[in-house]
Amino acid sequence: MNENAPAKMGWGHLAARCPLRARNPEERHPIFDQIEKFLKNKTGVAGLIIIVFFTLAAILAPLLTPYDPNENALYEQLKPPVWAEGGAAKNLLGTDDMGRDLLTRMIYGARVSLTLGVVSVGIAFLVGSFLGAIAGYYKGWPDSLIMRIMDIILAFPHILLAIVIVAYLGPGLRNAMMAIGIINIPRFARIVRASVMEEYGKDYVTAARAVGAGNRRIIFNAILPNCLAPIIVQASLGFGAAILDAAGLSFLGLGAQPPMSEWGAMIAQGRQLILRAWWVMTLPGIAILFAVLGFNLFGDGLRDALDPRLRD
Amino acid sequence: MTGFIVRRILAVIPTLLGVTVVIFLMLAITPGDPAELLLGERATQESLDAMREYLGLKEPLHVQYGLFLKRIVQFDLGETIWTREKVSTEIKERFPATIELAVAAMLISSSFGIILGLISATRQYSWFDYISMVGSLIGVSMPVFWLALVLMLVFSLTLGWFPMSGRLGIDTNLEVITNFYLLDSILTGNGEAFWDALRHLALPAFALSTIPLAIVARMTRSSMLEVFRQDYIKTARAKGLSEFKIVMKHALRNGLIPVVTVVGLQFGILMGGAILTETVFAWPGVGKWLFDGVVKRDYMVIQGGTLLVATTFVLVNLVVDLLYAVINPRISVR
Repeated sequence: MNENAPAKMGWGHLAARCPLRARNPEERHPIFDQIEKFLKNKTGVAGLIIIVFFTLAAILAPLLTPYDPNENALYEQLKPPVWAEGGAAKNLLGTDDMGRDLLTRMIYGARVSLTLGVVSVGIAFLVGSFLGAIAGYYKGWPDSLIMRIMDIILAFPHILLAIVIVAYLGPGLRNAMMAIGIINIPRFARIVRASVMEEYGKDYVTAARAVGAGNRRIIFNAILPNCLAPIIVQASLGFGAAILDAAGLSFLGLGAQPPMSEWGAMIAQGRQLILRAWWVMTLPGIAILFAVLGFNLFGDGLRDALDPRLRD
Repeated sequence: MTGFIVRRILAVIPTLLGVTVVIFLMLAITPGDPAELLLGERATQESLDAMREYLGLKEPLHVQYGLFLKRIVQFDLGETIWTREKVSTEIKERFPATIELAVAAMLISSSFGIILGLISATRQYSWFDYISMVGSLIGVSMPVFWLALVLMLVFSLTLGWFPMSGRLGIDTNLEVITNFYLLDSILTGNGEAFWDALRHLALPAFALSTIPLAIVARMTRSSMLEVFRQDYIKTARAKGLSEFKIVMKHALRNGLIPVVTVVGLQFGILMGGAILTETVFAWPGVGKWLFDGVVKRDYMVIQGGTLLVATTFVLVNLVVDLLYAVINPRISVR
């Protein structure tokens, strides 16, 4: 990132400095350099392509498949995938024990996984950034209090806390999303707190205060837009982790409930059929693998482009 | 150094107290009568009254928490609803199984992870480096429970190389002393049981080891690459030392310092991850027990299991931090 670039308040300056409008390269906002840098990163772009692929599948689901994900077909039970013996092009990836088309359920499963990723990362992002900003800006007792609470959440192994929260709230996709959101709050809070503390003493913050901006305006309009890079990276990596955790919860029967076509729940269903129909259990796992891989690659690529300091 | 160690140990106390507060509050805010939740639906009026007395439900919340804390300190974690067994007794039986699994997974992931990372670092940008790094990315992106099922399908159901579930075959006799089956079979000189326990352990341990293996490999690689850029490595090269000696005697000791931390932290995370793996392989550890408790809504089990796993997690992290301070002299300056 260009250290000398003046940090500006608010979001409007971005539009004013887009490459098409900027009269000379000096005025170009650094974000466009970062986009260029990201596009040169092959694995990052591969991740982006995977994400776009899954997003399109989720949006266009009804157009991509002639079947309904929950429609039973009694005569089509446990048909193997097209390449296996006994498979037919009618059901490319075969069917489950209720004759439902597996590919269709996997496509609709992308809807569930992406939605829960957005919701749970959204919860973690909003609450975590808010708490982190308060802690980093006010320091003192609000900082101690918030960060101690974050430490306590982090004192539980990741998936355990999600399982326990769902155990008390009751199983279901909504509670699972909430639980995953809660367990990821500390990640965002810590990052935002550190960034806010770093930005706090910079001249533009002092300038904002000098012109009479209130605390709220300084935090949300001046400081936060300047610490977006690590937050975005964390959001992408957190998205993949959220998909994995949610699949785990659904696999245990604590997340999405049947007949919803959620990948983890589909694996749980396929587990009962492991000897008779390997594909029902195996194929949804590959969907999870690729979706999570996409977000991890994308996140790594973003990190290299936006904030090289975060590299491991 | 002593100052750091004391401060770090003292910092654990509020965290552990926080953990107990969370576990206590979760039951308190769950709708319904806690006594009824803890005893199940079929509890008699008498036992309900006794439980209310025991939990101090008539007292204000902070007094109830005090009583809760007192019971924990006395290792009184209550009785399970389903087996009417003491929670502490059940934990004593099952915890060794989880530790055995986690240690095995840790050994697999740290040894293979360090070897893979090391080879990748010494041959940066080679096909080996490329494949092992892509492999490690796939490793962290894979659902562990799915891998566990695939391993089960291939290696036990199809090929029949490994048993499908449990810790020991039905026809294998083992005198149980410590509940660590591998250790018990060594102590009793029972070679047959040792082999059987090892075969039962193989698949779950391998499944559980994949994520930490991938993380350790990546960490080792980047840390070693960092070390290779240092001046003292150049000096060693200039002296004409063999590449093997440079890596083993000069680079490895410094390169592995951050890896030790990662390995330690992963051990704590494994304790949580064991829930899924244990459930798939019907491994009779704390993870499966806790999950069964969730399914049966056995809140005593949930409380006890959560407390145990979280406490272990916090203590393991403490040990890792202290270990890091010992092996890395730079930290004492801070």
